[in-house]
Amino acid sequence: MTQTFLNAVFLENAVLEAEVTKLGCNIPAARKTGTTICGVVFKDGLVLGADTRATEGMIVADKNCSKIHYISPNIYCCGAGTAADTEMTTQIISSNLELHSLSTSRMPRVATANRMLKQMLFRYQGHIGAALVLGGVDCNGPHLYSIYPHGSTDKLPYVTMGSGSLAAMAVFEDRYKQDMEEEDAKRLVRDAIAAGIFNDLGSGSNIDLCVITKGRVDYLRPHDMANKKGVRCVYEQEALPHQTGNYKYKQGTTGVLTKSVIKLDLEVVEETVQTMDTS
Amino acid sequence: IMFTTQVYGDNGKMKEYHYTGPVEHRFSPYSFNGGTVLAVAGEDFAIVASDTRLSEGYSIHSRDSPKCYKLTNTTVIGCSGFHGDCLTLTKIIDARLKMYKHSNNKSMTSGAIAAMLSTILYGRRFFPYYVYNIIGGLDEEGKGAVYSFDPVGSYQRDTYKAGGSASAMLQPLLDNQIGYKNMEGVQHLPLNQEKAVQLVKDVFISAAERDVYTGDALRICIVTKEGIKEETVPLRKD
Repeated sequence: MTQTFLNAVFLENAVLEAEVTKLGCNIPAARKTGTTICGVVFKDGLVLGADTRATEGMIVADKNCSKIHYISPNIYCCGAGTAADTEMTTQIISSNLELHSLSTSRMPRVATANRMLKQMLFRYQGHIGAALVLGGVDCNGPHLYSIYPHGSTDKLPYVTMGSGSLAAMAVFEDRYKQDMEEEDAKRLVRDAIAAGIFNDLGSGSNIDLCVITKGRVDYLRPHDMANKKGVRCVYEQEALPHQTGNYKYKQGTTGVLTKSVIKLDLEVVEETVQTMDTS
Repeated sequence: IMFTTQVYGDNGKMKEYHYTGPVEHRFSPYSFNGGTVLAVAGEDFAIVASDTRLSEGYSIHSRDSPKCYKLTNTTVIGCSGFHGDCLTLTKIIDARLKMYKHSNNKSMTSGAIAAMLSTILYGRRFFPYYVYNIIGGLDEEGKGAVYSFDPVGSYQRDTYKAGGSASAMLQPLLDNQIGYKNMEGVQHLPLNQEKAVQLVKDVFISAAERDVYTGDALRICIVTKEGIKEETVPLRKD
């Protein structure tokens, strides 16, 4: 019984990593995304939102990374947790889903993507650190799922994930209503992500939105540049830019220690000209 | 079901996001509250600057908690690290300054305060104050002075020094722009007050971009023989 279970669970690398760490060897830390991601279902579809900060420990590694991943033309997925895990997992499922869609000659359904994602994550017993918010519109209407790294999923009208999920959920629990209009839903998601950006240290920078309705997807990146460098960001007021000092180096500031020039003796053998079509 | 509660470990670093292994629960007397301080000494002025964000783990306690404390008319101290120890240490320094004034009938000079702080910190060698201190002020000749400390009292006089969470990001830039390190054929102009203040603002704006613990606002204290002037500049709030 145990033997067949182990065969079905592809854990060799994970077991090796655990053993090696016990011996004191340090595996390089994977980059996490800190993150605030969320999704909300409204009257005609759904809105997904995400911040754009990627952290390595407590240092910002990427100030403008994209956390809303493409799964299929009608399905998008936000990812929190280990950056590589969310990126690769969504790409694998996106690829398999496209093949599945061609094979069935039908538009892919969100439940299918959900099933594929949860079965893969469960197979890896939580070692793939991907916490996802999956949303899309298919023949049965709009659907929103939250998927946890160990493989459990919840189908809900509004979800949040990531280190800023509490801040975002506080906004949702206050203002969510059933059957909202698109503009209200966009404003709600924008405010939820903004709550995560300003109150959670793991989230920051800009707000990306993805509005999915039947037959239309609006990928708004960035939807809101909440924090520009050097701009005095007073909420809702006209921002005054700070005049940065001039730090340009004059030519020759970097000392040249040695210089060696190697002449390459080349002779022109053939010369052809191909005009570029600039029309 | 959603999230682990004790997300940050003893040393202030985030624990692994979905850690499920055995955990040894121990009470830690310390906590890391973030923050960055910086001090620059000029010919006849000194600048002590700090951000005003107080954080813990992934949360913000306060957006308006400056880390510069005025000690005398000619000295300002910047303290970052564990906020509890910062408050206690500054209270102890204030008390000692009063005692000195009452017994010696004069205010303590910057150098004297620095030497005293070193002994106060070493007195707690085996249960340290988790504080990174930088003193900025004018010396007896009226020239700018900066003294930087480690948590157990080792100190030295500097021209410029950065301390706290983003110190590793600020210090190299100051080495280049104030110390003219790694530059050739550049005229070593003495630092004037306007350029120094501009540099401090730019350097903190850059630190706020990349360090999550630095942000919200920047408090600059400029110490001259006329007194201490304070300036506040907004920073990123995310």
